[in-house]
Amino acid sequence: MFCNGIILPCPFTINPSAVSSIFMKQDDNVFPKTSTGIAGLDEITGGGIPKGRPTLICGSAGSGKTILAIQFLIKGITEYDEPGVFMSFEESAKDLTQNVRSLGFDLEELMLQKKLKIDHVRVERSEIQETGEYDLEGLFIRLNHAIDSIGAKRVVLDTIESLFSGLTNTGILRSEIRRLFQWLREKGVTTIITGERGDTTLTRQGLEEYVSDCVILLDFRVIEQIATRRLRIVKYRGSTHGTNEYPFLIDEDGVSVLPITSLKLEHKISTEIISTGVPGLDKLFNGGGYYRGNSTLVTGCAGTAKTILAAYFALNSCKRNERVLYFSFEESPDQLVRNVSSVGIHLGPYIKSKMLLIHASRPSLHGLEMHLLSLHKHIREFKPQTIIIDPISSLITIGSKGEVRAMLARLMDMLKMHHINSLFTSLNDEESLNYSGISEEAISSLVDTWIKMRNEETGGNRIRSLYIVKSRGMGHSSEIRDFIITDRGIEIMNAVSPVKKARRAREKAETFSENGTKHKS
Amino acid sequence: MTKDEKWEFWLYIAGQTPKSILALENITKYSAAYLKVKYIIEVIDLLKTPQMAEDDQIFAIPTLVRKAPKPFKKIIGDLSNKEKVLTGLNIRSITAADEI
Repeated sequence: MFCNGIILPCPFTINPSAVSSIFMKQDDNVFPKTSTGIAGLDEITGGGIPKGRPTLICGSAGSGKTILAIQFLIKGITEYDEPGVFMSFEESAKDLTQNVRSLGFDLEELMLQKKLKIDHVRVERSEIQETGEYDLEGLFIRLNHAIDSIGAKRVVLDTIESLFSGLTNTGILRSEIRRLFQWLREKGVTTIITGERGDTTLTRQGLEEYVSDCVILLDFRVIEQIATRRLRIVKYRGSTHGTNEYPFLIDEDGVSVLPITSLKLEHKISTEIISTGVPGLDKLFNGGGYYRGNSTLVTGCAGTAKTILAAYFALNSCKRNERVLYFSFEESPDQLVRNVSSVGIHLGPYIKSKMLLIHASRPSLHGLEMHLLSLHKHIREFKPQTIIIDPISSLITIGSKGEVRAMLARLMDMLKMHHINSLFTSLNDEESLNYSGISEEAISSLVDTWIKMRNEETGGNRIRSLYIVKSRGMGHSSEIRDFIITDRGIEIMNAVSPVKKARRAREKAETFSENGTKHKS
Repeated sequence: MTKDEKWEFWLYIAGQTPKSILALENITKYSAAYLKVKYIIEVIDLLKTPQMAEDDQIFAIPTLVRKAPKPFKKIIGDLSNKEKVLTGLNIRSITAADEI
């Protein structure tokens, strides 16, 4: 059942033609896997969890174990026609149904169709007296009956460790749980067992000792008031897997995992040139614009017309009949449209014709991963050819440098893969040419083109200028070009030759010193 | 407590295992010796009727459920600890009350 075809185009899919024979061998020998149907998780695990074997998912309370498990069952039913049994040791079927309804899962319907069976095993210490020897054969019989009654291929045990709180004889429990896992293997059902995280062990009762095939750890951390969920494959016997911590999200569509970094850089690239939207700026690039699928960073301090440059790019894409998705983290859509129309950029009609979608939200609304996911989702739904993030520096304030970089790398990968042109603006707080803010550091090596915008104060005036710092794969002008903004837009001035510029500077200095001497005498 | 009240025990087993046989022997013995009211002991083999396990929340074998009088009482194990069984099923307190 191992199949690359079921997963999205992803950096983890091993492309046989591109990798060494070592990888090929492993791929052939790998035991069959069952797709979890959870976006991203199948990519990290190279196809899913071990088919017909138990997988342990552990994590602290509220880390999303149950949701992940139930999504595994539901996707199994809806996408792979594999009925599932959910054996709950904590929540009743009714509670469970209610809890997951907010995620858009209708368990009742699936139960009516005999595709899903929920069996609530209630273990209440106060109701149970233990005297003498016993075993858990009753549990086996129940599970067996549930599996056979609907022909289940997938099973979830959530959370079997509850038995330990209801029963005192841990010796019996341990040997019976070991026997249960063995029995599940023999039964050939793909099982997810959830376990509460212990202080020093992965699960309180050390279940990880019994499940040797695949162990996934979920983690829920709050950093600077923003919560991030993370997932890590602790162990996956006989299979290669991503070893990083992957952020994952639970939203109205359930769980999705985002692979943090790709293993390879193998995007296909384009040699087609597209305009920057500003005629004068195009001329500064030897090729006459950006490459298609190019990523551009525009940096500058406040009021250097970064957004205007971004709006030009958006407008130009719309004019080419290419959809644009504009993420605005500072201005509302209306405000943005009004402001740029004051310089002659009229985006309104394109919003009406649905060529342009402006998505505005506060950066502090979610953690970084949530933003990344919302970017992913919007990109998936709107299928833009161009995206603009204005400004990306707002996102940077909500995460550490490492996180931001990882997120941006993932974003870039995704954009490159889909040949989406991108433009990011970034706000600097200092007017120095050499100063590089956190965003620049984090992002500048990832982008293909970098344009710096600045304001210079000279002789009682602020002179706007811009220059190209880098442009991958294309020669570019090294001049610092002055430009002006009128109600017709940006107008880039003709080059001031370095000699002329130096003379101008000298003249200025002389005037100043003359004045100085005058005052002295 | 009326005299014509009937006690009802359901003993859940899964095949004729030594533990199950022992449990049945034990409950029969205790009932005969201590229970002064009418009683019946029903043996339910889950191998034959697995669907019954869910209704009574059975997971351990053997499990003895006191179905009547209410409330239900549940004891798991081979019932070898007499004291625990008698208190667990409230047999002790009834016999004590009867003696007074």
